[in-house]
Amino acid sequence: MPSRLRFPDAIGVATAGLRSRRVRAALSALGIAIAVAAVVAVLGIAQSAKAQLLAQLGEEGNLLTVASAESVNGRTVPLPLTAQPMIARIPPVRTVTAVGSVDNVTVRRTRAIPTQQTGGMNVLAAQGSLLPTMSAHMLLGRYLDPTAEHYPVTVLGYEAAKILGIGSLDTPTEILLGNHYFTVTGVLAPVSVAPEIDVAALISFGQAEQVFAREAGPSRIYLRADPDQVAAVAAVLTATTVPDGDSDVQVRRPSDLLVARIAAKGAFVGLFLGLGGIALLIAGVGIANIMVISVLERRGEIGLRRALGARRRHVATQFLLESTLLAAAGGVLGIALGVLATAVAARLGGNPVAVPMSAPAAGLAAALLVGALAGLYPAARAARLSPVEALRTL
Amino acid sequence: MTSRALELSGVGKVYPPPTAVTALAGIDLVVDAGETVAITGQSGAGKSTLLSILGTLERPTSGTVRIAGTDTSALSDPQLSEIRATRLGFVFQQFFLLEHLSVLDNVATGLLYRGMPGKIRRERAAEVLWEVGLESRTRHRAGQLSGGERQRVAIARAIVGRPAVLLADEPTGNLDSTTGAGITELLSGLAHDGTTVVLITHNAGVAAAMRRQVALVDGRIVADSAALGSVV
Repeated sequence: MPSRLRFPDAIGVATAGLRSRRVRAALSALGIAIAVAAVVAVLGIAQSAKAQLLAQLGEEGNLLTVASAESVNGRTVPLPLTAQPMIARIPPVRTVTAVGSVDNVTVRRTRAIPTQQTGGMNVLAAQGSLLPTMSAHMLLGRYLDPTAEHYPVTVLGYEAAKILGIGSLDTPTEILLGNHYFTVTGVLAPVSVAPEIDVAALISFGQAEQVFAREAGPSRIYLRADPDQVAAVAAVLTATTVPDGDSDVQVRRPSDLLVARIAAKGAFVGLFLGLGGIALLIAGVGIANIMVISVLERRGEIGLRRALGARRRHVATQFLLESTLLAAAGGVLGIALGVLATAVAARLGGNPVAVPMSAPAAGLAAALLVGALAGLYPAARAARLSPVEALRTL
Repeated sequence: MTSRALELSGVGKVYPPPTAVTALAGIDLVVDAGETVAITGQSGAGKSTLLSILGTLERPTSGTVRIAGTDTSALSDPQLSEIRATRLGFVFQQFFLLEHLSVLDNVATGLLYRGMPGKIRRERAAEVLWEVGLESRTRHRAGQLSGGERQRVAIARAIVGRPAVLLADEPTGNLDSTTGAGITELLSGLAHDGTTVVLITHNAGVAAAMRRQVALVDGRIVADSAALGSVV
């Protein structure tokens, strides 16, 4: 009958070893817990923020814009009047809307504000099809209706309303566009793919022409195409917009911005994960240190176990299991802390809580790996100790 | 009919440089099953080395060691571990109890490396604790016991597996004389059950309680009561 150590007994021996040094074990496990919590929280927080961007990307991925790329004396040269109806006739195009920049017209709250103080806002002529095409929503009030062609009314972008300090439309509110007062009928929610809408005061094309003598024709066209035909549509947009090719246009896919933003977040995730990895490494070195000390202190116990019939392998297993269990306990605690941190951060940031399943799994796997690696050297040292040498020292 | 429990022939032990100490030289010793043997000698006479070699904790540099007829020199480390787990029991001067475990669990540790289920280990441990008179202490932690009680726990742990040979290194060295006498009595009583007991001691009284006395000087046997007092 060879000497053997049953696996449940090995676990029992390892946990007894840890229980006999509770404070030390708890502190070493805490190191792992902090590192794992950092890793889980980074993955979780990034995922929560990304979940929102990805949802937007799903909505915005098929949006394309065509803009005039020419200007004369600071005024944008409008696209041909034929451009919008021509684009609408490209078969995969689902919806089209156009805006026209009303150049050199300031957006102010009152005449008391100097005209130089534009706040980066501008005036855009817009159509009724803007809301469905941009998947935009109203934050307050209502959008421009057909009567807006004849009356001085405006809808503000999200940022513009913030800059002007308009948080409620309960009382009639007027703002000054150029030298003309316009009544604010509504405020848009943020439009992530078209930040230029967020800082604009939108008026009808009719008012732009009557009040500000704007030349007819849009300066920018937004369109949505069938998602699998986006590239094909983009390829023909220039020729459709200016068939004679005598002026410049820019074709863009605004969702590229979101893709870039997701990538930027990804870059930070990599950085923070790297830092988490370093923290894990340091915690692992801490565990290795504690285990080496433990082996030195417990030489008598090691000698006794060898005298009782433990093989070298049994002694190595005991110390390896001790460090792995220590790290696993830290890992479990770290996952709980990390998920909690993610939930708090998501709540503060207004994002949905989305902890990817891979985060706790990766955290625990990393903890186990670090624990096992940290235990290798101390375990080998304990196993190499000759029984007589171990028993002689106390 | 007696059989040979332990058999040493021409055993020598020289520690490697830089010490290069010759701890044992030309030891021939046969211990029959059921014998009680005291190995005596001054510090540095080689008593502990002899006991370690008898217990397969250390290999001799020359000569052969047979345990129940098996030559141990050709055995691998796992095979020696198996012999320790199944045939040998150890008692040490420093007790080596696991302080954070209960008395019962300390004794049950004696069977840990035999691969027995925990329940059976604890049942046997409880029986042995009754034999050594500690049945009322099973749930105490080892740290709560007196010196004599601690050594009784250590003896219980050594004999819980019913080893053929019990090896004791100065078992009374850390105890007062009254307590030590009780331990000596317990050890010599084991021989009635057929257990071979070999112990190391400085104490003449403890040595006298064993049926045979072997004296070591400078790593050699100088007196063996089994040879009727003959001096080599």
